[in-house]
Amino acid sequence: MRTLARSAKYASLVIASLVVLIPLVVVLFAALKTHAEYNATGPLTPPRNWLNFDNFATAWTAGNMLRGFWNTTVILVISLSGTVAIGTLAAYAISRFAFRLKRLVLGLFLVAALVPGVTTQVATFQIVKSMGLVNTQWSAIVLFLGTDIVSIYIFIQFMQSIPLSLDQAAMIDGAGRFTIYRRIILPLMKPAIATVVIIKGIAIYNEFYIPFLYMRSPDLNVISTALFRFKGPYGAQWETIAACTMIVLLPTVLIFLLLQRFIYNGITAGATK
Amino acid sequence: MRNRPWLYLAPALILLITFTYVPVANMLYYSFHTWDGLDVTMDPAGFGNYIRVFTDEQYWRVFLVSGYYLVASFAQIAIALYFAVVLSFNVRFKNLFKGILFFPYLLNGVAVGFVFLYLFQPDGTLDTMLRAIGLGEHTQYWLGNPDIANFSLAGTSVWRFTGLNFVLFLGAIQSIPGEIYEAAEIDGANRWHQFRHIIAPGIRRIISLSFILAISGSLAVFEIPFIMTGGANGTRTFVVQAYQTAFQFRQIGLASAMAVVLLLIVLVLTWVQRRILPDDEVTLT
Repeated sequence: MRTLARSAKYASLVIASLVVLIPLVVVLFAALKTHAEYNATGPLTPPRNWLNFDNFATAWTAGNMLRGFWNTTVILVISLSGTVAIGTLAAYAISRFAFRLKRLVLGLFLVAALVPGVTTQVATFQIVKSMGLVNTQWSAIVLFLGTDIVSIYIFIQFMQSIPLSLDQAAMIDGAGRFTIYRRIILPLMKPAIATVVIIKGIAIYNEFYIPFLYMRSPDLNVISTALFRFKGPYGAQWETIAACTMIVLLPTVLIFLLLQRFIYNGITAGATK
Repeated sequence: MRNRPWLYLAPALILLITFTYVPVANMLYYSFHTWDGLDVTMDPAGFGNYIRVFTDEQYWRVFLVSGYYLVASFAQIAIALYFAVVLSFNVRFKNLFKGILFFPYLLNGVAVGFVFLYLFQPDGTLDTMLRAIGLGEHTQYWLGNPDIANFSLAGTSVWRFTGLNFVLFLGAIQSIPGEIYEAAEIDGANRWHQFRHIIAPGIRRIISLSFILAISGSLAVFEIPFIMTGGANGTRTFVVQAYQTAFQFRQIGLASAMAVVLLLIVLVLTWVQRRILPDDEVTLT
């Protein structure tokens, strides 16, 4: 009985792993096949030459992926630095100052966290348009900065665990409010900043709706929209689409392997708020 | 000096109001008008847009499509719970299995869409595998047949999001102190007893939270159907429909009414959740 239960347990784990991996592995197979080989062999047949990277080269140039990665990186760097700066400043005000309307401000952030961003795009689009930001990278950047409430929560929570006596000691030494924020609080916030950078970074890298809606020009493609553009014209060349899909997935796999522990913690912290 | 905190708060507050509260207010206003998004003037429409959302089949049908994703997310919670419990005990290659089960959640939505388009295409991976195990006569137009397409898409959604539920459950189970299990084992409790009396109560909150998120999540499905079928073959979801109404057919008023309905549903659900699960239980997670 014991062994039966044990084997059932391992069997279920192996089956689940296969269900996760097979869809991805067959796409990798397709990406490494030549066009003739792709047409002649079934999807489960491994490629003849594991080092055939021709499709990757085709996908890279045809999809202008260099530009896609560059645009994604620019948006990532500006949005993430902005989120950290704006979020920690707001958290500092809320956790270290006593002021009227504080409850109201907290309530505003709390209720906003409930509004799913995807529902308000109809109206948000008109606002972004009236600011003249449609078809610029700034549309994505302001939206990533402006619709981020979870990060502020993570910052507030972490900041509340930093003892007030540190602030008071610095104040006795004559430090101003901003110096305390910059010199004492911000360096101690590193773990929370890492969490926010990881979860928000992955979310921005994967975001499709906002760049698709606001940045229609091919020059502004991020990796999601660059990949999406393969859908029509390359319908008959699955090996190219497969290669491009792999190009998009590879950075995520690498980041996951390198930062596993931080990612698990970050996801748990972000989702249960 | 008095206004100091407002200086620190200003950037966050300005962004919050501009990109959350103003759009919600505008959306309410648009929803009572007919507008193409370009005209300088809008025509008042009373409750016309709302009546259309609930009476025109094209619009209320999308709620039925959400049903597929809702059922799928219950399956997803069950699968995630099973593997979280299994992997919370001693298992060889624990971290490997944990990583494999979790990582689809991190993958780019467009890439996932293409991976499954490839899997479901005629004579694709799924058909080939079915033939290999002798079920060749069960091959289908997985995405082309309107009776099946929603199951295929909901299945894709399970593949993509199970990892999130799994890691949340696993985290909650692992935050239960180890001594409790040891004490239970000394008292002669078997694995089922341990699950029933230690694990289940310990993760009750995160499970209820997952159910609430499953309901609002199944109404907000967008990427998978939009990328894989573009809403064809009866797979149009609420958000795909709202997107097409607003940005392809330029009926901003009607699309706003849809969005307001969705927003109200989500707010009511959250209110219900807060009533069922008071915040003081938060400590467990």
